[in-house]
Amino acid sequence: MASRRAFLRRSGIAMFGIGSSPLWLQRAMAVNSSKKILVAIFQRGAADGLNIVVPHGENAYYSGRPSIAIPKPGAAPASAVDLDGFFGLHPNLKALKPIFDEKKLAIVHACGSPDPTRSHFDAQDYMESGTPGLKATRDGWLNRAIPQVAGQSPIRAVSVGPVLARTLRGNNAAVALSSVRGFQVQDKKAGDDYMSRYAASVDTQLKGTGRETFEAIRLLDALRKTEYKPANGAVYPTGRLGPSLKQIAQMIRADAGLEVAFADIGGWDHHVNEVGATALDGPLAGLLREFGDSLAAFYQDLGPRMDDVVVVTMSEFGRTARENGNRGTDHGHANVMFTMGGAMQGGKVYGPWPGMEREQLYEERDLDVTTDFRDVLSTVVQRHLGQPSLSKIFPGYQPKSLLPIFG
Amino acid sequence: MNSKAFQTQHLVRTIAVLALLLSPLAARNSKKPNEADAKFREKLAKEKQGEHALSRLSFGPRPQDREKLRKLGLKKWIELQLNPTSIPENPELLEKLAAMPTLLLPMEALLVQYPTPQILTAFAAGKITPPENPELRETYTRLSARYKPRNEESKSAAELENEANQKAAAERRRRIGVMSTEERNGILRSTAPQQAIAGELTESKLYRAVLSERQLHEVLVDFWFNHFNVYLDKGADHWLTTAYEREAIRPFVLGHFQEMLLATAESPAMLFFLDNWQSVSEAPADRPRKTQSKRPVRGLNENYARELMELHTLGVDGGYTQKDVQEVARCFTGWTIEEPNRLGKFKFNERVHDKGEKLVLGVTIPAGGGIEDGIKVIEILAKHPATARFLSRKLAQRFVADEPPKALVERMAASFLKSEGDLKVVMRTMLNSPEFFSAGAYRAKMKSPLEVVAAALRATEAKITNAVPASQAIANMGQPLYRKQEPTGYSNNSEEWVNSAGLLARMNFAIALSNNKINGVSIDKDRYAEIARSTGAPEGQRR
Repeated sequence: MASRRAFLRRSGIAMFGIGSSPLWLQRAMAVNSSKKILVAIFQRGAADGLNIVVPHGENAYYSGRPSIAIPKPGAAPASAVDLDGFFGLHPNLKALKPIFDEKKLAIVHACGSPDPTRSHFDAQDYMESGTPGLKATRDGWLNRAIPQVAGQSPIRAVSVGPVLARTLRGNNAAVALSSVRGFQVQDKKAGDDYMSRYAASVDTQLKGTGRETFEAIRLLDALRKTEYKPANGAVYPTGRLGPSLKQIAQMIRADAGLEVAFADIGGWDHHVNEVGATALDGPLAGLLREFGDSLAAFYQDLGPRMDDVVVVTMSEFGRTARENGNRGTDHGHANVMFTMGGAMQGGKVYGPWPGMEREQLYEERDLDVTTDFRDVLSTVVQRHLGQPSLSKIFPGYQPKSLLPIFG
Repeated sequence: MNSKAFQTQHLVRTIAVLALLLSPLAARNSKKPNEADAKFREKLAKEKQGEHALSRLSFGPRPQDREKLRKLGLKKWIELQLNPTSIPENPELLEKLAAMPTLLLPMEALLVQYPTPQILTAFAAGKITPPENPELRETYTRLSARYKPRNEESKSAAELENEANQKAAAERRRRIGVMSTEERNGILRSTAPQQAIAGELTESKLYRAVLSERQLHEVLVDFWFNHFNVYLDKGADHWLTTAYEREAIRPFVLGHFQEMLLATAESPAMLFFLDNWQSVSEAPADRPRKTQSKRPVRGLNENYARELMELHTLGVDGGYTQKDVQEVARCFTGWTIEEPNRLGKFKFNERVHDKGEKLVLGVTIPAGGGIEDGIKVIEILAKHPATARFLSRKLAQRFVADEPPKALVERMAASFLKSEGDLKVVMRTMLNSPEFFSAGAYRAKMKSPLEVVAAALRATEAKITNAVPASQAIANMGQPLYRKQEPTGYSNNSEEWVNSAGLLARMNFAIALSNNKINGVSIDKDRYAEIARSTGAPEGQRR
């Protein structure tokens, strides 16, 4: 962590100075509105990609999941929303269909990691570090994806939640916050006292984190003064993801200098009764409603600003192709990823489809991986963030080719 | 240039490029171990050793603890902590715990006195006998109103009831922060019994952390509960978690690991949390099938088997395969719960057990077995060298440093194997090691939110009348007690607790505490305001 602190020191930000309007603030307010922003969303617990973007054209999908498959489009009151005659969206993702039709949503199916682990913990770790199979990586790909430039906004990288996501740990300063409104020291005098105590600390780790914290508080002070009203009639659902995306939208629309943001939504580990009496019931359906409606609200809220924003979603691995003994699914392999943004060439399900017949499955049980998740992330990092050097962001890896999701 | 020279040059270039590519990773990793190893060989100054022991083996020193340790001597103090039953418990703590009846109730009684929605539904439908106790019967009648079968009349009655309940609930929420534990739980018992269970469990955790004289024991209960984590809000676990900690964790933390492993394997809370209670043999010929039943045919569920090896014993690199996961899952078929919502008792269901032969980590488990198949698996895993190493490393990570010295872990693992998993012996190996009392370990760990709050309340001799608001502060810092959803438990790597949101929550907690603004907690401001404030300062973050 030493180099991160050193970098901060070099950057010469007047973080503990009083009065003067720091350079980054002026810069953030003036220039930042054209900056590209990447929002990464993690579905923790290994979401069932096959029931999210449903391969309704596959017989084996239906034969392997007699009680939890999502019915073919039109086959039942609650059935898949057709996308292209072969794939369909889970009915609770119907809010995403118009975005798909506008070609601002691209889907990549059968994505995953070359590492075969079925451990939630390891797989999440690998996906957040961007180095499958390598546990020693201390920083995350999203942190490495931020250009190392001095004098930037203290909230250029934000992880929404009470702890800093693993993918945002690293050399670049990054801030964890649960809500814009709550991000302040309750007592001004005590706050000033803490600020000088952290500044004077010999504990380099705490000194650096303290500095980032107070910088961010100062920037967010301006945002707190007015209550945030989503634009274009957008309504964020309650739960975890909706409020998180709302915070992110607020920071984007305030031109506060956000460059990358991370949010997560847990609870996808459905070993038992994944689907209820219809596709609209049960734990998966509930989560998907929150997931789809949150993304749609974010898209609506940002309106034309989506031209500068890409949202990418991921989950550590997929689930078994066939249902298990308890109307649930066990840990599997390939999964589905969404990318959404004004610059997308969407309206299509990308990625070679491996098929679901027994001999086509990975270890005869899971959907096979045909697209490395790093291909999707590399494409976004290079085409959207304009980061030329992928080898630093995904060490030891070069994508075969960038995906055509940006046209 | 001859081809060999070319090849060499090419190779050198390739290595250089690779090194460059990996340099951001390598730079940080290469430098650390040597530096750190030297620090673990550097002996901690004598005057710091007592403070170090208090900060690691307890939830932080109270003013009188330093004096106590000085009088006893460090060695004797540690030995006492390793033998908690020889330490008289704090009467104040016993009094607090005695006011929380759910902590001691056997499962069946807990379910009768704090009924689940299923029980109330059954009661409303007249399917169970009303409780004899008139007060309880009255509570059942009142609470079951909202579970009555739906017809127009009862619906409107239920709606009226609901409205009244909502008003009462709003009033309760307003007052609940300021009333005493006893008063609050009394109200909850008759209005929202589920909340009383969760409230008493989280409160008792904080009371024990702050008030217990058997500090190391409490630290270890926290460690092992987290190791065998279950999630309070997953269905029936809301009722099962209290007994789980009391019966499957608490008695074993300084005992034999294999006994704790078996106790957790048989515990309804774990069987429910990791879905094993529904896992049955895949060979349908073994059991009668209700052909008329609408319920789908059940089968194997791998969830418990996988976490048992990855998280509870061998560790993810412990050398097991997907095949082992399936075979272990087969061994545990039939390990289930008798009526999870009514009785919550462990049961082995012979009829759904897979009686075929299994091969687990190279050991053949013969066909025709019953409950002994699972017990055999427990035994194999508890005695496995990978388990010894995995658990030793995790303990050293908790008590010594995030990256504990390998040599220490190896010695602890050897103790584990030699003593057949006697956790007291393993702890003693660690506590007698030079690495534990080294400069490398001193203040190397960041406090978890529970540790931050408990340490602050101990250091300020806070009077607690209701620990719910303080436990809410812990949740705000990112560690809701008993509510870690993932089976991994909270991270043992303390670096993960250093971030802006966490620091801010700590500062705000410290400010509130120093101003006596936390409901249910009060301190002597004249004496302790500055100590309370230091909880949010840099010096309050490490232990």
